[in-house]
Amino acid sequence: MIRRYVLSILVKNTSGVLSKVTGLFSRRGYNIRSLSVGETHDPKISRITIELIGDEAILEQIQKQLAKLVDVVKITGLRSKSSVYKELVLVKVKSSAKKRASIIELCDIFRTKIVDICAETMIIEMAGSPEKNDALLKLLDEYGIIELSRTGITALQRGAVSIHED
Amino acid sequence: MECLKEQDVDTVFGFPGGTVIALYNALYDYPEINHILTCHEQHAAHAADGYARATGKPGVVFATSGPGATNLVTGIATAYMDSIPMVAITGNVEKKNLGKDSFQEIDITGVTIPITKHNVIVKEISELADAIREAFYVAQSGRPGPVLVDVPKDITIMEGEYEPEKPREIAHQNAFEKEDIAEAIRAINASEKPFILAGGGVIAAGAEKELHELAKKLNAPVTMTLMGLGAFPAGDEQYTGMIGMHGTKTSAMCASHCDLLITIGARFSERVTSDRAKFAKQANILHIDVDPAEINKNINADYEIMGNAKDVLKALLPGVEKKEDTAWMEQVRHWKRSYPLDRATRNARFPKKVLQAMQDEAPEGTVFTTEVGQHQMWSAQFLRIDQPRQFISSGGLGTMGFGLGAAIGAAVGTGRQVVNIAGDGSFHMNLQEIVTAVKHRLPVMILVLNNNVLGMVRQWQKLFFEQRYSQTTLNNPTDYVKLAEAFGAYGIDISNERDLHAAFKKAFAHKGPVIVKCDIHEDENVLPMVPGGKPLDDIILDLEK
Repeated sequence: MIRRYVLSILVKNTSGVLSKVTGLFSRRGYNIRSLSVGETHDPKISRITIELIGDEAILEQIQKQLAKLVDVVKITGLRSKSSVYKELVLVKVKSSAKKRASIIELCDIFRTKIVDICAETMIIEMAGSPEKNDALLKLLDEYGIIELSRTGITALQRGAVSIHED
Repeated sequence: MECLKEQDVDTVFGFPGGTVIALYNALYDYPEINHILTCHEQHAAHAADGYARATGKPGVVFATSGPGATNLVTGIATAYMDSIPMVAITGNVEKKNLGKDSFQEIDITGVTIPITKHNVIVKEISELADAIREAFYVAQSGRPGPVLVDVPKDITIMEGEYEPEKPREIAHQNAFEKEDIAEAIRAINASEKPFILAGGGVIAAGAEKELHELAKKLNAPVTMTLMGLGAFPAGDEQYTGMIGMHGTKTSAMCASHCDLLITIGARFSERVTSDRAKFAKQANILHIDVDPAEINKNINADYEIMGNAKDVLKALLPGVEKKEDTAWMEQVRHWKRSYPLDRATRNARFPKKVLQAMQDEAPEGTVFTTEVGQHQMWSAQFLRIDQPRQFISSGGLGTMGFGLGAAIGAAVGTGRQVVNIAGDGSFHMNLQEIVTAVKHRLPVMILVLNNNVLGMVRQWQKLFFEQRYSQTTLNNPTDYVKLAEAFGAYGIDISNERDLHAAFKKAFAHKGPVIVKCDIHEDENVLPMVPGGKPLDDIILDLEK
């Protein structure tokens, strides 16, 4: 069954490590839907969160192939039920004086922040699950989206567990 | 250099250049390291690969930045596809010039990501020793493969503190549990028609004795992939011949009639399985491989054991019961009698004669290397390979031009007689390296099966492209004997079938490189053949009845 998976990957912070990970996906024909990367509390280790689309067999191959990379320290699959998925989106929408109030109302309902505003446009910052972000984006589309930038999912497992444990 | 010695490196293949002058300057002080200078970096990489395949030790190759490094690419990819341990050390421009499109700068770590097991650029002298140690470790551990270490010129000039360290013991990376072994033993003991498929993993693990013991206990037929040739003696009556596109009908029949396919150190390449969906579909599959990613990649396994072939077989053997039932092996013998390679490859009678005459005259322990094409498949079919590391061929990548470099590496590594079987097409891809063989007076014979065409492609054109022989007719005007003499080698032209044995006798008596050229007909085919993507049952035995 084709579905979405989220993988969290700890990697050594070496030059080229990101190419090695992403190159594997393109080379073997796996689809990345989003990707986010950043340092962990240990500056020698970075954490890559990859959202991908595929079936169980593809997921098994991806995890096994990733595990072969010398710079990959750990791979964990993050199930949606037991994890927090968040994605940051900045979206610039048309907001004439007439429409402004209704946009602000929408933002309030979705508990997002307005981080920039001028006579014709505003920038809205949303940090939520990709589904929630999609829902708001769909509504904002009616006002006219000028541009947007999404970070892709970043995620952590709920509870006391840690990817750094064995 | 101290790191290389620490890793017990006795031989390096390579070619100097601007960014590795300091490296070669250091080499000057290490006469105990034998450096083989080739004419071209590609063949230095193939030589390091051939050295590794023949000796089991990692091959080492040096090249300069830019074109030197890119010339290694085909050689590294060849080693990668066949899981051969190799360490490539390349120079690069000084750190301050990296990323500036400097003279002879190339991002070789970027280029080689898909074809190395691991690669690294060393930007601090303090990291150099550990990078080289890790390269040797990674190249040899688990499933072997090539590793590239890129070193900017200024790092090669700097001097750093060096503290000797013993090489890390190579881990087998076994990931199997007692339960996996127990389950596999149950499956094996329950099987009435087991069939063993052995690949290069058996050779890499040095598991030929254990494989032999398993085969004898089970009284089961054994086939091998191209990479596995030598893992089980070709002379043994349980051997059914190679499997796959140009494998025997007996092996194909075994694959489609067995009830348990015991696959050891093989990865179900499409050249083996052809139509994956139909391959051995009636059988349970027991897949033993050191690389977990190979399990369920091409063929789904019913039983899986992730681990080094030798360790796994050692764990399995005590539980495997001796099979007394001979009915299955009787059936296999019947197939072998009904479908001998001879009959199937009626057309290849002459190449077979040539190869067998050559092997008759070859000294004990001769190593065979091949280029890629029809001659390669004939060699795989007709040479009697009884020892692991005796047959060296580019299986995965199928690199024309691989064989001569590999032969040089194998000769340097083993000191034994090496025969590189070539076609006239492949021969012209690497003939400059005859110079290297001559300079080192290596016992290398190049047997050119000269049919004046690119035979394998032509065969496909014949079968699938209405005999439109586009660009596969070579008719090179090369005079092989004169060419041999011009390079300082010895040349023999076999023009008469009756001269075969005498000619090879003479050729093997010569000290140093020999080129033996033998004309064969352009319409000799490699048969049997399973057309690409078709099930093994669609095997073509004869083209011209």
